[in-house]
Parts: sequence; C-alpha cells; structure tokens
Amino acid sequence: MKISSIIRNGLVKENPIFVQLIGMCSVLAVSNSFKNSIGMSVAVIAVLTLSNIVISIIRKFTPDKIRIPIFIVVIATFVTMTEMFMKAYMQPLYQALGIFLPLIVVNCLILARAESFASKNGVFKSAIDGLSMGLGYAVAISLLGAIREIIGAGSIWGISLFGESFQPAAIFVAPPGAFILLGILIALYNTFIKKRFAE
Amino acid sequence: MGLFALIISNIFVNNYVFARFLGICPFLGVSNKMETATGMGLAVTFVTTFASVITYIIQKAVLDVFGLGYLQTIVFILVIASLVQFVELALKKMIPTLYSAMGVYLPLITTNCIVLGVAILNIQEGYNLIQTTVSAATAALGFFLALVLVASLREKMEIADIPEALVGFPITLIAAGLMSIAFSGFAGLV
Repeated sequence: MKISSIIRNGLVKENPIFVQLIGMCSVLAVSNSFKNSIGMSVAVIAVLTLSNIVISIIRKFTPDKIRIPIFIVVIATFVTMTEMFMKAYMQPLYQALGIFLPLIVVNCLILARAESFASKNGVFKSAIDGLSMGLGYAVAISLLGAIREIIGAGSIWGISLFGESFQPAAIFVAPPGAFILLGILIALYNTFIKKRFAE
Repeated sequence: MGLFALIISNIFVNNYVFARFLGICPFLGVSNKMETATGMGLAVTFVTTFASVITYIIQKAVLDVFGLGYLQTIVFILVIASLVQFVELALKKMIPTLYSAMGVYLPLITTNCIVLGVAILNIQEGYNLIQTTVSAATAALGFFLALVLVASLREKMEIADIPEALVGFPITLIAAGLMSIAFSGFAGLV
C-alpha cells in the first residue's frame, strides 16, 4: 500500500468516526468544547502512533494466540504515560477529560488499528497509519466540538463570538445535542463525500 | 448518597449511555435486533458487576496498600480481559444454554468502555463494597434499558421510509439524541 493512500484512508476514505463508527464514546462525550476536543485529539494521536510503532516492532515474535492481551498491555502503558504527563503539565485539561483519558485503553479505534494494520505492516507504514487515523479522529471530533461550542455556547476556544445579547441553544452542549449533531454530520458525509469514493 | 438514590440516578437520571456516553460502540453495533440486544445486555450486566467488585478488592487490598495507584489502568484492563475469558469458559461448562444465548457477545465486552469506566468511577467516587456492587449492577441495567429501547425503535425504523442519507447510523444517532432529551426529563428526581 502506498503512503499517500494510507494517509487518505485515515483522513477521509476510512475515517474512523464518519465511516467506521469506532471510538465513539469519547467523541460524543468530550466534544462539548473545542478546547477539550483538541486536547483529546492530541492524546489519541500520541497513543495511537506510539502503540502502532511498538506493536509493529514486536509483531514478528508475538505469539498469535495471546496477541490481544499483549496489544492491550502496550496500549495501556502508553495511555498511562499520557495520563501522567497531562496530570503533571496540563492540569485543567486533565480535569476536563476526566474518565475518558484512561478509557482511551478501550477505545476500539486503537485496538482495531493494532490488529488490522500494525500487526501486519512495517514500522514506518504503521507509524503513518497511526498518525493519519489519529488525524481522521481529530478532524471529526474537532469539527463536532467547534460546532457544538458555537451553537451551544456562542463561543469558540472560550472566546465569545456574538456578544451579550446572543441566546445560545444550550441543548447542543448537553448530551442530546452530541447525538443529534453527529447524526447530521454523518448524513452530510454520506451525501457529499462518500459518493466520490464509490465510483 | 443512599442506595435507592444511587439506583434511580444510575438507571434514569445519569444513564450511562444517554448522559455519560459510556458503551456507545455496542450500543450502536448490536442494537439492530431485539434478540441480540437482550443477549448483549445480559452479558454486560453480568461482567460489569463482577468486574467492579473484583477491581474494587484489588484496588483496596493491593494497589492502595503498596502505593501503586498509577498502575490502575493497566491492572484493571488486564483483570477485565481475563475475567471475560474466565466467564466465557465457566458459562460454557456450567450453563451451556446461557452460553449459547450470549456466546458471541462475551469476547466483545472487553472493549466495552462501560466495564472499565464504571470500575474506575466507583473508585473515584469513594464507594464502599456494597455501594460499588449496587452502582455497577444498576449502571449496567441502565445500559440494558437504553439498548432495548433503541433496539425496539430500530426494528420499527427498518420498515419506515427514511431519506437515503439518514439510513443506518445517522437516524439511529438522532433517535438516540431524542431519547436522551426524554431521559434528561428525569433530572431533579434525585
């Protein structure tokens, strides 16, 4: 597989959120503000890329029968490292992400890439795959986070956009808004972007 | 928080699917048929309760005693993965009918974030053993309820005339959103 097609797969064609619908929990939960979305994206990209690299390195001598527990331990190690790093240097973000930071371990996206790509491909390609899948995740969650914050709070990155008189639709920051907006985004993706790849 | 308040809170007010976004993957994945939804719901209830109790004991008896709190994530996920494996083997031997009813869903539970999420949240909230058990069981029941509700909706939607772009996951997500609005009506009960 060519490098360019790996990148395109991750970002658009096989976008983890819009197409594969994996790793949804954190997308819905953390996208209540643009800032949190970016923070979560950075954490996921870091864990996904690093775990893909390590799993690709050890793929030759990983016994087939116990590969899943081994992958999980590798992923959990990087998640713990990210967690400790954020706790030490980014305390407010660590508080905002809360339970969803340790839950990156069970984010199906990461295990899915380990199983379907990193355990079969070389180190460099696996790193590119992790990076582009992570970026695909980042695009989706940031888009959702930005729209939710603009409609639901009238601000972006905490900066007020429309002045004092604006009445935000608070439902979009609340859980129901996340479900409905993601549904609409996937429908838009299906209508405008998916068809191009069908040809 | 009293036990009764905890039960109402976990099932209705702070439903783990509609208000806390845990367990969304299986919620979307296996909710297309009533039968599979029930099987998955049963399996998750079973594993979540057991996993929470076991991780609670490990946290209090091992991690806290030796000051290994930072290993929580790794230890918990390993415990859950082996527990799922163990439950699978035990059910196969002892209750074959139940095993065949929820067979394929068992391995999937390891990556269901509700199991790990509830285990970690119970520790963070500082619950005792009884509260942990009740909280885990009701959290899973709330998941069960959400799964069954959406499954019954999706069975109806299969024969409905939906715009092409919305067929499948988009309409399911929007339906889940509307249901989440309904559930937010329970706010203030506890």
